[in-house]
Amino acid sequence: MKFSCLSKGGGFHFPPCHMLNFCGVRILLDCPLDLSALTVFSPVPTGYNALSEEGISFSPAHDYLGSEDESQKREKIQKLPDSKSLIFAEPWYKTVKNLHLWNVSFIDVILISSPMGMLGLPFLTRTKGFSAKIYVTEAAARLGQLMMEDLVSMHSELRQFYGPEDSNFPTWLRQEELEMLSPELREVVQGKDGVELGGWMPMYSAADVKDCALKVQTLKFAEAACYNGALVIKAFSSGVEIGSCNWILNGPTGDIAYLSSSSFISAHAMNFDYNRLKGTHMLIYSDFSSLSATQDIEDEDSASASTVNQLSSLSPQELAKFFLNPDENLEEKEKLVFICSCAIECVREGGSVLIPINRLETLLQLLEQMTASLESSAMKVPVYIISSVAEELLAFLNVIPEWLSEYRQERLFAGEPLFAHVGLMKEKKLHVVPAIHSHKLLTNWREPCIVFTPHWSLRLGPAVHLLRRWCGDPNSLLILEDTLNPELALLPFKPIAMKVLQCAFPFGIKLKKVQPLLKTLEPKIVLFPEELRSQSCFSSASSFSVLHYTEAETLHVSCQKDSSELKIATELASQFHWRKLKGDINVARLKGDLLMEHGKHHLLLENEQENSLKNRPMQYWGSLDAEKLLAELSKMGIKASLEHCMGDTESQTVCLVHVQEPQRALIEVGTTSTVITAANETAASAIFEAIDKILDGV
Amino acid sequence: MAIECLVLGAGQEVGKSCVIVTINGKRIMFDCGMHMGYLDHRRYPDFSLISKSGDFDNALTCIIITHFHLDHVGALPYFTEVCGYRGPVYMTYPTKALAPLMLEDYRKVMVDRRGEQEQFTADHIAKCMKKVIPVDLRQSVQVDEDLEIRAYYAGHVIGAAMFYAKVGDAEMVYTGDYNMTPDRHLGAAQIDRLRIDLLITESTYATTIRDSKYSREREFLKAVYKCVSGGGKVLIPTFALGRAQELCILLDDYWERMNLKVPIYFSAGLTIQANMYYKMLINWTSQKIKDTYSTHNPFDFKNVHNFERSMIDAPGPCVLFATPGMISGGFSLEVFKHWAPSEKNLVTLPGYCVAGTIGHKLMSGKVTKIDLDQDTQIDVRCQVHQLAFSPHTDSKGIMDLVKFLSPKHVILVHGEKPKMASLKEKIHSELGIQCYDPANNETISIPSSLYVKARTSSTFIRSCQNPNFKFQKCSSVDRSDSSLKNRNFMTQLQVNDERIAEGILVLEKSKKAKTVHQDELSHMLGEKKHEVQFAYCCPVHIVDSMDSFNDRNPWLQLLHSKLHSEISDENVQNFGEHLQVESFHVSLCLKDKCPHRIQEISQNINNRVYFCCIWSAVDDKLAWKIISVIENLSL
Ligand SMILES: [Zn+2]
Ligand SMILES: [Zn+2]
Ligand SMILES: [Zn+2]
Repeated sequence: MKFSCLSKGGGFHFPPCHMLNFCGVRILLDCPLDLSALTVFSPVPTGYNALSEEGISFSPAHDYLGSEDESQKREKIQKLPDSKSLIFAEPWYKTVKNLHLWNVSFIDVILISSPMGMLGLPFLTRTKGFSAKIYVTEAAARLGQLMMEDLVSMHSELRQFYGPEDSNFPTWLRQEELEMLSPELREVVQGKDGVELGGWMPMYSAADVKDCALKVQTLKFAEAACYNGALVIKAFSSGVEIGSCNWILNGPTGDIAYLSSSSFISAHAMNFDYNRLKGTHMLIYSDFSSLSATQDIEDEDSASASTVNQLSSLSPQELAKFFLNPDENLEEKEKLVFICSCAIECVREGGSVLIPINRLETLLQLLEQMTASLESSAMKVPVYIISSVAEELLAFLNVIPEWLSEYRQERLFAGEPLFAHVGLMKEKKLHVVPAIHSHKLLTNWREPCIVFTPHWSLRLGPAVHLLRRWCGDPNSLLILEDTLNPELALLPFKPIAMKVLQCAFPFGIKLKKVQPLLKTLEPKIVLFPEELRSQSCFSSASSFSVLHYTEAETLHVSCQKDSSELKIATELASQFHWRKLKGDINVARLKGDLLMEHGKHHLLLENEQENSLKNRPMQYWGSLDAEKLLAELSKMGIKASLEHCMGDTESQTVCLVHVQEPQRALIEVGTTSTVITAANETAASAIFEAIDKILDGV
Repeated sequence: MAIECLVLGAGQEVGKSCVIVTINGKRIMFDCGMHMGYLDHRRYPDFSLISKSGDFDNALTCIIITHFHLDHVGALPYFTEVCGYRGPVYMTYPTKALAPLMLEDYRKVMVDRRGEQEQFTADHIAKCMKKVIPVDLRQSVQVDEDLEIRAYYAGHVIGAAMFYAKVGDAEMVYTGDYNMTPDRHLGAAQIDRLRIDLLITESTYATTIRDSKYSREREFLKAVYKCVSGGGKVLIPTFALGRAQELCILLDDYWERMNLKVPIYFSAGLTIQANMYYKMLINWTSQKIKDTYSTHNPFDFKNVHNFERSMIDAPGPCVLFATPGMISGGFSLEVFKHWAPSEKNLVTLPGYCVAGTIGHKLMSGKVTKIDLDQDTQIDVRCQVHQLAFSPHTDSKGIMDLVKFLSPKHVILVHGEKPKMASLKEKIHSELGIQCYDPANNETISIPSSLYVKARTSSTFIRSCQNPNFKFQKCSSVDRSDSSLKNRNFMTQLQVNDERIAEGILVLEKSKKAKTVHQDELSHMLGEKKHEVQFAYCCPVHIVDSMDSFNDRNPWLQLLHSKLHSEISDENVQNFGEHLQVESFHVSLCLKDKCPHRIQEISQNINNRVYFCCIWSAVDDKLAWKIISVIENLSL
């Protein structure tokens, strides 16, 4: 087993990416995009295709490009970056750089754990020689496709603005241009050591996305997919997003659990199904969420070894209660209520609220909370969702009860729509439109309003236009996801008079739950991120051993066992011809069809007995006792005499047995071989029978 | 080990499907249905046969319900709430959502009719459904450590599933009702090629073979159209779910195309409410419907309205969907009483009606009067159209499924006795599969597969995966073709059907059985291999003088060509100095005195050559065959 962490990712939108070689199958775990890197690009400038003008009239790109001379540019580097220091070009997208070191055509299997883990996939599927089998849950595949389609659609606005690219190597990627960038931006573009330059790719096309979707094999939760008979692959809900999952791989040499970011508390997605990850030999822990999260550390201190030990005495039900901790749930709920109260306050004062968000879980929660808050405060303010895929997305959400939490499923059984948005749309409280310039929006548009829209990077999509419209209004409110660098994200919109509410929406496994969880899952070996080593020291009493892994390094873990299990059909077993050997060992020859099914070897009865001419193969060991042979022969009525030949060491012949009756024959007995010479089959086989009796063999 | 099947219902009949299967210590109840044709104790399966003491929790591991039809789920609330079974119950999401509607509808009908004492209450239904664990298709569900179940799409009605169950090495499939051809709103049944010991299949249409359903759909539409254009009323008695939606899609579409204004009604709110469920369960319908849902949900019927009781005697044509199906009582019976006496009106009936219902009476020939009870008689003058399409598979579909799964045994349930007998015979004679059609309360016991489990060395596995050259007639010597040996693990596996795995099973006291390659064995035992070979120096009489030959080894070459033609199915290799077939090795013996020259031949030494042969015990038969060729050689 070989495991290489290609990228530890960064936050919710950029999950980790690994390469795993298991049972001879090369498996890529997720294929994300680092969309936070989009912030180095400038969004479309003011006035371009803005809300007020339906006709497209915008200043050509040249007005913005290249108007500065070298000295001005140099000056920029010295100062703090401002909006002009951003890259003014059609954005490219940053993929996992280490993935490019691998030959795409050598990948056998790709496992996608979440819609976010799918965004870089078209770059692979469109590559020549790509032949990997891609497994994704049905729901994640659909959501991932919608996200990709939305990306392509939002990107097309920028492509339209900049016009066709002149060359396939953009100016901004040139060394001299990179040196002009502020250090902060430069680090985003090329990484800390300048090694990440290779990861940049121009946007894929809508056709690439479609093609990618066709190459995907979709799974239900807990459906057993069998790759080439050898590897059984199953997905189990991780609770992070609808359709997102963890994996169990079962091969002839053992089993592995892959634990991606998982949430014990999910609002809409099916619960984190950790019970089904129990008891594998190895577990790959790949939840890096605590790295990016601003978790309250003092809370984590309590996660000492002693609590872990206390937990070990808990029953599964009690443990589940610990994991599901209703306090945390309440905390989350309070946060949502707070956000909504801020929003209500804002619209009450005549301002509008912009919520650029792509997390479906949070979006749906906010949407339901927001409309409920509006209702209870008797405010008649329109709520909009603007996205090219919103309509399809909302329709989809209402037909997937199998992928949702128990709470949502109850609504199916009660005969109510799964989500409130169905009713809200009917009552015209919620307006869903594909784009900012769509006719439906222009005729319905009322301010103040509350708008949900992509994209959280503030570089793409309707959010850019609305932010430009409202950033000068001190009454308006921007609700921003907790990003790595909010300063940089807001840079193009400065100065900002608008209120900004930055919210962390935690996801993943909290550090204090890591050890109890692993203890519950009872793997033998855990592969654990080096980065998290300091934050979670495993007690020496752990039932499992821990190997730490680092980005861009390969970990070799020896195969779990040399032997795997063989299932032999009873029909075949009943034909066994057993032989007893010295030391109470019984042996029998096996012959049949070996079949690999669901990761297990089966030996079945052959359909026809082939090669009837051939005897069963035979093997003997030890040495032949000539005296015993003589006795055995005489029992069979064969007369023979013994001739010792000590001198002949070369041929290793120990002795000769001359057979006189009933037919002449000769037996040359050696230390490691015996040769029977007879003139016909009957004579030969009679002697052979005698030898077979006294020699150990099978 | 054996699989035991106790058939509590649907044995040689249709109704109250219920089969108790015992596999390796686990006991599963497949379906828990009721019989619509009976009102006494015969309506339910005889649960006392499961457990005399009534301790069903310990007697059963779980219950699996295949779909929401009452003949499959009708007795469930009674069994869980009245009989007290508290163990797990599994069904698909749509079945869990829709079964309570069916049950409630039925309960109301029963209570309305003659004020019969109810078998279970609305509260029972609700409590019963709370115990149900919903499953998705293809999900492998671990009921407990040993029992794994999996649902497969069955067509028939929304959410209908065939269930696969596995305990240890024993595997089986219970189909429930299924359809092998897609209909207006559902796809065809789909299942993996499984290795199963037992298939329990429905056999409603055990002997019927149906042609294309489109002509039969046209017939139905024509009959409806003829009736309404003549000012008549069409009564379509259906259950709220399934057939109602299928026919409604059909009619809604036809109305649209023909621009018809005649109203289509649904009785009560039930079917309207059912459509709400269908909208959320669209992923369980056919691909065609799924593809269109984001723009238009096909269960938003444009031409369909609610029907009020006061409209029964209103003038003018109309189409009415009324529950329950088969006119077994309730509203459909009430409407039937009013509409049946007019020859302008039409009643459509499904392809199958349970004995004892009015539907069944109507189907059995020309009926003019129906006695409802002692006081009520209905004049029947209306037209009757029997729907020739059914959500059940026909006999070809059953045969296709049996052939596809090739189970070791088949049990037929859910059909009519004489037809089942003929299908049973057909399965046995055409497919060579043991087939049974037990009656109710009969038990069938069949043997199940069992595997001997052994650990195996990787050398053994690798050796099995080496390509088997026995099947390739190559005369070249390159036995170790490197490109083949290094072929990747996966591609090798795909051709391994042709390979024969040979190895040795070793049993040591107090150790797990292990399979090894024979080369590993002597090492394991700490002993040296001892080879046993045969030899024979074979004399051949020569006629010709050898002087004319320039060839160094003319006789061997002659032997080669002779062997080549005589034992053509073996690969004879010519190495110049010797020939080789498998382990058989032959060369010209030039020694004066050879130890393998066993026969004493005194005379005419000059007219002889000797072929010295040596071989391993494996090729004994082959060797003597070759030697007989050599002996008969005339050189
Ligand atoms: Zn049915
Ligand atoms: Zn049925
Ligand atoms: Zn010889």
